[in-house]
Parts: sequence; structure tokens; C-alpha cells
Amino acid sequence: MFENVLGKKKYIPLTPSSKADPSALSGNQKTCPVCIRLKSGQQSFAAERVCPACKYHFPMSAWERIDHLTDPQSFEELDKDLVSINILDFPGYDEKLKAAAKNSGLKEAIICGKAMIGGYQTILAVMDSSFMMGSMGSVVGEKVCRAAEKAMELRIPLIIITASGGARMQEGMISLMQMAKTSAVLKKFHQSGLLYISILTNPTTGGVSASFASLADIIIAEPGALVGFTGPRVIAQTMGQKLPAGFQCSEFLLEHGQADLIAERSELKHILQCILKLYQGGSHA
Amino acid sequence: MLKKYFDYENNYEKLQDKIKELKKLSEQLDYNLDGEIEKLERQMENIRHSKYRNLSPWEKVLLSRHPERPVVREYIDFLLDDFIEFHGDRLYGDDKAVIAGVGSFEGHALTVLAHQKGKGTNEKIAHHFGMPHPEGYRKVERLLLQSEKFKRPVLNLIDTPGAFPGVGAEERGQASSIARVLMTLSDLKVPVISIVTGEGGSGGALALGVCDRLFMLANSVFSVISAEACASIIFKETEKTQEMAAALKLTAQDLFELGIADGIIPEPVGGAHLDFDATALNIAECIRKNLQELTTVDMNRLLTERYNKIRSIGQYTESISNF
Ligand SMILES: [Zn+2]
Repeated sequence: MFENVLGKKKYIPLTPSSKADPSALSGNQKTCPVCIRLKSGQQSFAAERVCPACKYHFPMSAWERIDHLTDPQSFEELDKDLVSINILDFPGYDEKLKAAAKNSGLKEAIICGKAMIGGYQTILAVMDSSFMMGSMGSVVGEKVCRAAEKAMELRIPLIIITASGGARMQEGMISLMQMAKTSAVLKKFHQSGLLYISILTNPTTGGVSASFASLADIIIAEPGALVGFTGPRVIAQTMGQKLPAGFQCSEFLLEHGQADLIAERSELKHILQCILKLYQGGSHA
Repeated sequence: MLKKYFDYENNYEKLQDKIKELKKLSEQLDYNLDGEIEKLERQMENIRHSKYRNLSPWEKVLLSRHPERPVVREYIDFLLDDFIEFHGDRLYGDDKAVIAGVGSFEGHALTVLAHQKGKGTNEKIAHHFGMPHPEGYRKVERLLLQSEKFKRPVLNLIDTPGAFPGVGAEERGQASSIARVLMTLSDLKVPVISIVTGEGGSGGALALGVCDRLFMLANSVFSVISAEACASIIFKETEKTQEMAAALKLTAQDLFELGIADGIIPEPVGGAHLDFDATALNIAECIRKNLQELTTVDMNRLLTERYNKIRSIGQYTESISNF
């Protein structure tokens, strides 16, 4: 058990090209881009979306993650009717929102709720990059804040699973200010003595990485996830810099002291359970 | 003749030269041309004023990045006596893109944290074009906490295209260094005033923008993303840049209307670079007035109001009927 918690497990290194481009991965993808083998028939692949041969972590929808992590029938969704509006009359935003809702089956890029994980009460917020790249506008910012406030009210820990390309440009500065808003609420959250765990998945960049994703007591990353502030393409283009192998993937993050541990999907629930137990339910104050 | 940034600046200069010529001619010929000269001068002023009143959002973006636009170091030297710059984050290095220090504003000690773009190629390169690395944000955080310890108000001056996009910056935790400053400022127990003097680019600028009162110079901009990048992401073409500059609502006037900026600091006709002293005096007046108000507010009330302002930003609907 502790071997897992301390992150001593061996991971098969992934080729940078397979991780660097999250947009190339669709939810229905069945061929592993790393070993190019069809594995859809296998049990572990279907349930956890991990290639059994190379441990490649496929994108997972928010609802798949909720099913995967929470105790059966324990999830109660909160603030589910919050939807975005085109505040700035930004050209094409209404259509983009409609298309995103239709394609993802979601109302926004985050689902929040009260859930049991291994018998512990938590507030769980899960982002979904299939809704406008998981970008943060007013609704994502507001739902993160409300999730933290609900956790403070109930005095239970907060767990946020991030997947986001950053602030949503169609809401202009109002999007950018969501970084300040979520950070301000998390300041109160930490002052209240509660536990906040963030789980970084592919991709977590821009405004989300530079706000609530980075402000947790414990930061866990999924193997091979792209995590950083400025995206790799922008860095390569603007600086004319050749990027080192494995740049901005979870293993890079761990190596540079930016994450506490890397957890494979198959062991994530167990690790969360261990942490919640060690932190006495995460409401020690 | 110096190549000007805008066409209208060139036209303006041509008119100015013509007037000079006429004046010379009138002296040489000993012939009174005062009436003609006056007419031309009036015409010139009209062009200036009408053009200046009708700048498009994109022209304001260009003005905010004007190569002659004053940089924060000039404002610091003008506004503060005995300014002492402090260096380093005590962890890795000193970031030249961020000026941090303490100085006296009309007899009151202030901590000043500012993005320094630099002027001229060499200076710009030395200051990384005002784009901070994590060590810059950590220097900011260090001096914020020191301000709190010594109960010293904070003045943030914002002028950056954004946080530095580079391998080293990512290795040293760009994201978390920005996030930590945002969190620290949200609850810092001293008054904080932020002023956008030029370009406010994305999260790298916002790190100095969490405050009790946010002001913007009349030709400054503050945006979630540059208009150029926005156009290339949405339309895959940069021709839409001007359109995106308008759509992003990034001007001081837009952001005042949206309630994000608390006030606009006027600039002289044509922009800050044409009259530095006038601009700096307007900034001084803004700081004086707001510092006076904020320092008399009870600390709990100050923090509650700061929090409530940040917490309330965002618009959405919460009805089930939408879907
Ligand atoms: Zn594989």
C-alpha cells in the first residue's frame, strides 16, 4: 500500500508525441496511440480507459471519472443548472456553447457534487475537456467556488479533478478574473483547516493550472498528462526553443517538484482513501 | 524624421512641419502670416482631438505598446522619493522583469511591485520584455508578506504582455508561482492599489491585479489573451485581429463598464508618451486620493469588500429551462 502512496511504482515511459497533443485524442478512441494495438475488448481498458500493455491513459469523461472514483450511488450533483451566457456578445460563442453541449452531453466543463469515496464524505468537482477544451469561464469559476464553499459548510474535504486548456477567451477579462476568484475562495478554504486535493489530468494548462489546480494541499497527477502554464506549442513558437523530451508531462512535473505524486488510474481511488484516512477525513481543525 | 507608430502621428507631424515653415517664411519675408498659421494650428488640434477621441480598441492596443510609452521605472522615479529596489526571491534568482521595492509617496512608505518592460532593444532584452519568470512572482510574494508585516500599503503597476513562455519558467513552476500570488493578494492585510499603465496580458498581469482598487490609464488594455493570439486560435488567421480586439472588451473604458476597473486615469491628448509629466501627475492624484480613502477603512471591512468584489465577478444563468 505505501509503495503506491509514495509513488514508487514503475511507469513505462511514453513517447512525448503521444502526450503533447490532447486534441488528437477522442473519447471513442480504441487504438492505443503508443503501442497501436486494439485493446477495446479487455476489461481494464473498458472500465478505466488505460491501455493494459503500456499504461497509456486515455481521456475519460467527467461522468466516467465519477463512476470510477465514488462509492456506488453516493454522488449527488450540485449546481447542475448553472449555464453560460454570452456576456460580451462575443462572435460565435452562442453557437460554440450549443455545439459543446450537444457533443459532450454536458451543460458546462465541470460537474460538482457531494460524494463518498471509500466511505469518506467529500465534495468532488470533475472537469471535462470535451466541453470547449475544459476552458474556465464564469460557470466553471463559480462552480469551483461553490464546491469549496459547500465543503466548508459541511466541513468535508474538497477534491478537484482538472482538465482544462485555460481561461475561456470568449468571456474576456471576466474569465481571467475567475483565476482570482477561485484563488480567493481557496484562501478561505485553507484558513478553515480543511483538506483540498487536486488531481491533474490531461491537459491542465493556463488559467486553471495558475489558480485552483496549483493551490491544493496535495497535488496528484495522472501519468503522462500535459501540465503547465504556457502550452508547449506556444513556447516552441515564440521562443524558437527546442523542447526537452517529456517536457510538461506529469513525470516532468514530479521531477521538478511541482506535484506530490503520480497515481495511475487503477490505484487512484485507493490512494485517495489512504489520504482521507491519514488526514482523519480531511476536516482536522 | 522619426518613424511614427501611427499614420495619424505622421500626418500630425507633417502639419507641424508646415507650420514651422510658414513661421520661418513669415519672418524671412517680414510678411504677416499669423492668420494662416493660426488656422493651421487650429486644424491640427482638431485632427488630434477628433482622432484621439475615436481610437479603435486595436489602436488602443497599439498605443498601450507604443515604443515611446513611458515604462514603470519612469513612473516610479517620478512618483516616489528614496525608492530602494529590492532583489531576488531567496530561492533561485532575481527576475529583471519585475521591479520590487519600497519608496516614499508624498511622505507615506509604499511597497511597489511592477512589470518592467524596458525601453530600447537592449533594455527590453535585459528585462525580458516585462515577462516574469516564477522567481519574479516569488519576489512579489516575498515583498507582499513583508508589506503585511510592516503594515505598508502596496502599489502594483501592471505592464506586461504576459508571463514568460519558456522551458525554465515551466521547470520552476510558473503556474503555481502565479497562483500563490493571486491567493496571497486576496487576503493581504494592507491596502492594495493596482494600476495598469500599458499592457495587461493574461494571468501574468493578473498576478499584480488582485487589489482593493484597480485603475487603468486611458489608453491601457487588460486582456485574457492577446487579440493576435485570439484571432489565430478562433479564425486561424490574423486578419481578424482588429475585430477580436473589439470583441475581447479589453480597453480601459470597456473594463470600467464591466465593473472590473474601478476608474480610468486620463492621459494627455495623443497618449502618455506625448506628455509624461501630465500623465504621472494624474497617476499621483489617483494614488493620493485612494490611499487616503483606503488607509482609513477598517481592515476587516477592507478585506471583506475586496473579497466580495472578487467573489462576485462572473455572469451566468441558473434556470433549468435553457436546455
Ligand atoms: Zn498502449
